[in-house]
Amino acid sequence: MDAINIKNLTCFYDEQKVLEDINLDVKERDFLAIIGPNGGGKSTLLKSILGIITPKKGSIKIFGKENLKSLEMIGYVPQNTNINIDFPIRVIDVVMMGHVDTCAHEGAVSKNRFFNIFSKPHEIQCALGSLKEVGMEAYAYKKIATLSGGQRQRVMIARALCSNPKILLLDEPTSNIDAEGQRSIYELLKKLNEHITIVVISHDISVILEYANKVVHINKRLVFHDMQKNINKVTKHEGHFCEVELMQMLGGQK
Amino acid sequence: MIVEALGYGFFQNALIAGMLVSIASGIIGSLIVVNRMVFLAGGIAHTSYGGIGLAIYFGIPVFFGATLFSLAASILMAYITINNREKLDIYIGLVWSVGMAIGILFIDMTPGYNVDLMSYLFGSILAVSQEDIYYMSALLAIIVLCVIFFYKDLLAVSYDSEYAALRGVNVKFFYTFILMLSALSIVMAIKLVGLILVIALLTIPIYLAIKLSSSLAMMMFLSSLFSILFTFVGLFFSYKFDLTAGATIIMVGACVLIMFLIYEKISTHYLNR
Ligand SMILES: Nc1ncnc2c1ncn2[C@@H]1O[C@H](COP(=O)(O)OP(=O)(O)OP(=O)(O)O)[C@@H](O)[C@H]1O
Ligand SMILES: [Mg+2]
Repeated sequence: MDAINIKNLTCFYDEQKVLEDINLDVKERDFLAIIGPNGGGKSTLLKSILGIITPKKGSIKIFGKENLKSLEMIGYVPQNTNINIDFPIRVIDVVMMGHVDTCAHEGAVSKNRFFNIFSKPHEIQCALGSLKEVGMEAYAYKKIATLSGGQRQRVMIARALCSNPKILLLDEPTSNIDAEGQRSIYELLKKLNEHITIVVISHDISVILEYANKVVHINKRLVFHDMQKNINKVTKHEGHFCEVELMQMLGGQK
Repeated sequence: MIVEALGYGFFQNALIAGMLVSIASGIIGSLIVVNRMVFLAGGIAHTSYGGIGLAIYFGIPVFFGATLFSLAASILMAYITINNREKLDIYIGLVWSVGMAIGILFIDMTPGYNVDLMSYLFGSILAVSQEDIYYMSALLAIIVLCVIFFYKDLLAVSYDSEYAALRGVNVKFFYTFILMLSALSIVMAIKLVGLILVIALLTIPIYLAIKLSSSLAMMMFLSSLFSILFTFVGLFFSYKFDLTAGATIIMVGACVLIMFLIYEKISTHYLNR
């Protein structure tokens, strides 16, 4: 069964058509990379998979189920986000925001959400577990404002992992991180990919070609690419290449 | 000198009222600052002047009239900000100035009423009555209960509203809710420092607390504590030197904040060498 199955997806923002007739299958344990120009609709695609945006046309199935408006199956690491870096909060409290009570059914959720300033032991355990997965357990009780950009991004990944997702969606997770930090985040994703399907938006083509097994290019419409063929092309190409060059190589319309 | 002041009923009332206002503004000021709503809160404060004018004209208790009017203003502000991402400051500025104009015009039209405008602009903490204190206590109780009851959601929305929305938190509702709570604490704070200085009370203690806190709850607690401290010291200075209480309180807070910022600059400067 496909982890994600998108058929004839069309999305609008008000009058503006942002995605048109997208068809995409993501198999279980795929490592899919999404590339494309700014404003091409990459974030919009992730948001429609998450159910934040209701598509105008088409269907999105997550493990065969439609309209899955829950983060239980899907972990999400948003783009940059307008998070206030000075916000007084500890790492573990951020990660716990990703926790989903798996035993809570609809309706039961609201019951235990109110009147709890203090976190429950199983929530803390869950958060510590995800922090360990991203190698940040030593920072659990530090203020998030004291971390570096790369460390903060790991915390965001830990928050997404806190609900034990089967799919992880990441929107430009390394956009403000140096080359070394970027590589170590991708190493982490590679490790997570052993049991989680990964979908990542990125402009770092060279890294993507190394880690992803599928690449799609989105600029309103979608062009699918067979990875193996491209890797061969790139290795033949050698040396440096910019995104535009690669776009041409992959045959995407610019 | 302090003992002498404490002997007066009006001064005791002022201390109690000052404490109630400080707790409310510490809690809500924290939410306002982390949600970057300072400009909106300023708007609500000035708009509430319309409520004061209307209340005086129609003979409703002023405190109560101002509460209703600023609640309405906060809902309007929330509606505007949620629905108009562009031209936001134009709309807010409009609500802000129309609110104030309504207040001034209705006070003009009130026959034979020589209202002391200054007391609303600069506060009138030394004229707080027993009823005022009961009313403030009720407002504070509402604020505290709401914040405790919805703490997790308020935290989630304040930290990362997009993610909170994903987790099923109704972000628009809580955005409006925070502004409504702000309206309540602003009405209380107008009594203490007047509407012109409300924003100072809702931000100065918070800027101090945000650096020293590792959670939103701790920030609320520390802000309230600083605010109480500034209020008490300010009240004694204003009594001793016969100064306007509200302005004195704000100056005490501002001096402490400035000293703190200078200390911080110097210490990081030496640490980084
Ligand atoms: N909330 C919104 N309201 C209206 N239009 C939007 C909104 N978000 C995005 N858009 C528009 O939709 C289009 C696609 O945006 P999207 O964020 O999906 O692009 P992207 O591929 O993620 O770009 P980037 O590389 O800059 O992140 C853009 O033209 C943008 O202006
Ligand atoms: Mg994007």
